[in-house]
Amino acid sequence: MTLHVAPSSTAASPAVVVTHLYRAYGSRVVIENLNLRIERGEFVALLGESGCGKTTLLRALAGLDPIDGGRIAAPRRPAVVFQEHRLLPWDTLWRNVALGLQAADVRERAAAALAEVGLGDRLDDWPRNLSGGQAQRVALARALVQEPELLLLDEPFAALDALTRIRMHHLVRELVATHRPGVLLVTHDVDEAIALADRILVMRDGRIAFEHRTSGARSIARAELLAELGVVASHPIPA
Amino acid sequence: MSNLEQTASSVAFDAAQPSDNAVSRAPKVPFEIGRRGLLLLSWLAPVVLLIVWELLAQAGWLSPQVLPAPSKVLRTAFKLAASGSLLNDLGISLLRAIGGFTIGASIGFALGILVGFSRIAEAAIDRSVQMIRAIPFLSLLPLVIVWLGVGEAEKIFLVALGVTFPIYINTTLGIRQIDPKLIELGRVQGLGTLDLIRRIVLPGALPSILTGVRYALATAWLALVVAETIGAQSGIGFLAMDAREFLRTDVIVLTIVIYALIGVAADAIARTFERRLLAWHPNYGGAR
Repeated sequence: MTLHVAPSSTAASPAVVVTHLYRAYGSRVVIENLNLRIERGEFVALLGESGCGKTTLLRALAGLDPIDGGRIAAPRRPAVVFQEHRLLPWDTLWRNVALGLQAADVRERAAAALAEVGLGDRLDDWPRNLSGGQAQRVALARALVQEPELLLLDEPFAALDALTRIRMHHLVRELVATHRPGVLLVTHDVDEAIALADRILVMRDGRIAFEHRTSGARSIARAELLAELGVVASHPIPA
Repeated sequence: MSNLEQTASSVAFDAAQPSDNAVSRAPKVPFEIGRRGLLLLSWLAPVVLLIVWELLAQAGWLSPQVLPAPSKVLRTAFKLAASGSLLNDLGISLLRAIGGFTIGASIGFALGILVGFSRIAEAAIDRSVQMIRAIPFLSLLPLVIVWLGVGEAEKIFLVALGVTFPIYINTTLGIRQIDPKLIELGRVQGLGTLDLIRRIVLPGALPSILTGVRYALATAWLALVVAETIGAQSGIGFLAMDAREFLRTDVIVLTIVIYALIGVAADAIARTFERRLLAWHPNYGGAR
């Protein structure tokens, strides 16, 4: 087994371990021998061009698509936030958040989760009365109320306007700091990845082609990542 | 009748009944008469028609055997109601409609759920149902009478037959139209099959199912009129056919009016259900 090097401090509790993952649609190989380990509390962003297999990886982790080889080991079912909010239009907000929640005090928990995303006063409102950003906040609450060990974010801010997106970034950072799930954010926005992630992966041809830890100068990281994505020439811009 | 026609029925219903909405959406008239004025205007023609009818009958220009005066129909209604026979026949007709509707709706709904969920059930059932549906169900009446005679069973059977198909078609359609992304969400949230149906599939299919119910109410009523007209010893249709023997056009007109009123009432009940159950839906509920 060849695992990616994990941060040594929290190595005891991985949120997910993927080994030798293989996935093909017919004769087209989408993911080939992919290895990935995400720790609890770690925020990983996955960048890549369209069709590089990043969404396929996320769907496999979510258990939505079968895998053709390798192994995905996760302690519990992951929670997912999709690009669209996917709220049930016929359920009030708290019932949307509580969807699939197994507990005695379902409404209280849903209320607490909605309060966390700043919608604590809208429990009995309908989804159609929400703005795009608010709806996506409810989707976040619905994911986090399950207390997942792994949170999968599939371009959840792509459809939002720039200001709302920045607010959502702050909110997500806060929520992840509080709940400390492992996070895999699939995005094609380099700046979003730099703003949010502890570790940035670039996926190409069904493999993880590049890995970057966001600790040093962010502008260098940006140029380097854009180069890896084939967007600009491969020379770092001085910070 | 084609698939399209049955599902488009709700549109036809709406068009048939001028609602407040329709009035407010009308292009602005050159001089301002307001919503109340428009409402009054919309009632003007029917009222004038009724008055002209009454006057023509009073003046003797309309033979009572062709068309009795509205006032005469009203008096007949009171007389029959007072003697109890009207309520009795009305009750029997309603029971037949409710019985047939319940049976037909249950069968249509069960088949619809089955076919909506399972491709295998669709392959096994759908073609046969569509073939039977191609037959105008009222044309089966002679055959049904041969099978079941002219008793209660024949009437309830005919009503049930008319109700089954609209409910079936709109149930399968409603289930098919559910956004697969919501089903996927249900799986991600860990819902079991039963919860998936309860929380996502049925609520999602409900607008379509209720459209089917409204259409079925209309067909049920039509089936009942025909069944009661062909051969009955009781019910509103019997009242009409009995009156025909004695040239009592006042009673005949009364039964026609009653059929119309009950049709309107049934549709109003269905609309109330829609408003209640679809409070979340922007086209129906109007909840905040």
